[in-house]
Amino acid sequence: MAEMSVELVAVERRLWSGQATMVLARTIEGEIGILPRHIPLLGQLVDGHAVEIRTTDGETVRAAVHGGFISISERGVSILAESAELADEIDVDAARAGLDSDDESERTRAAGQLRAAGQTV
Amino acid sequence: MAAELRVLRQKIRAVQSTQKITRAYELIATSRLPKAQQRMAASRPYAEEITRALTELATVSTLDHPLLVARPEPKRAAVLVVTSDKGMCGAYNSSVLKRAEELQSLLREQGKTPVLYVIGRKGMTYYSFRNRELAGSWFGVSDQPDYATAAEAGSALVESFMSEEGVDEVHVVYTEFKSMLTQSPVAKQVAPLEVEYEEEPTAARTSYEFEPEAEQLLGALLPKYINTRLFSALLEAAASELASRQRAMKAATDNANDLLRDYSRQANAARQAQITQEISEIVGGANALAAAGSDE
Repeated sequence: MAEMSVELVAVERRLWSGQATMVLARTIEGEIGILPRHIPLLGQLVDGHAVEIRTTDGETVRAAVHGGFISISERGVSILAESAELADEIDVDAARAGLDSDDESERTRAAGQLRAAGQTV
Repeated sequence: MAAELRVLRQKIRAVQSTQKITRAYELIATSRLPKAQQRMAASRPYAEEITRALTELATVSTLDHPLLVARPEPKRAAVLVVTSDKGMCGAYNSSVLKRAEELQSLLREQGKTPVLYVIGRKGMTYYSFRNRELAGSWFGVSDQPDYATAAEAGSALVESFMSEEGVDEVHVVYTEFKSMLTQSPVAKQVAPLEVEYEEEPTAARTSYEFEPEAEQLLGALLPKYINTRLFSALLEAAASELASRQRAMKAATDNANDLLRDYSRQANAARQAQITQEISEIVGGANALAAAGSDE
């Protein structure tokens, strides 16, 4: 099965890197699914949505991405984020509470965290 | 004699308590430094990726974004000075502030008015003492900077840069972390960004697709790139601050040790002199009494 190398990098650290068979993300223009040997692309990701990486081991890595970009080249896929959390790092209760926040960016962030954690928003 | 001994003992106590403080600072700096260096290394992948993305974008886009084009007649230039919150770090702050002053006088010579932005309490007090106006200041994070501060400072600077009344150039002055032993203050221009054109494209480039359009994407990516540049400057400054604090505090602790040795020698000599004097007084007194008794 074809595979590609994927990197998920936040400003402060590299969250995940490895081989994957598919990446799902949502750019400003809509949902995008990336399979190996995708045409080179540079896209801006929408805040408040999760990025999903299907690894070659059959696992699914989900992450909440804030202020993100996706860059696809011959070398692979890299997802850049101003801040990002992997699904298992997310505090679901705190994110639920964040949904009622007055600050709009706080609300979108919480929505993204919940989506990444597999919760319905 | 007794007074001299008391003064010396007071001095010894004072030096000892100062030494406790300097040693504590040294240990804290030593323990935080590896973490600061790790954070510098951890932020590198993002910086590399965003640079690569921008390079790709730059090859197809027309590059007429305001952040990329030098203004014809720059009037005002923002200078962001990165200093520490606490002192106890040797010449760290004074050398970065000196570099900032040099840059400002250079800008004035070129007919531009410097507009000051400061990160760190030390810089803020330095400028407020001299009654210099600050356009913006942030503090509280100097030895463990977070991206939020960099983004806040970055967006304030970009906003001022993009507005009509604002600045035409953005410079940042911070301390570059070259190694554990050398850190030097540097001044760099952040905006407009200097574009480096590649001489020859190495291989035939595959054309990229963009979502949204390239121009719009460039507009979204450039401010983030500037934030990244500022964040890496903050991280380097933090590592430099810790390194120079560690060095300054080590020197202070060593010096305190030397002082303690000298003072305790002097104190011992003074104590011995006092004892000798007391004995000779007693012996002298006894002799005098004995001499007076034998005369009768």
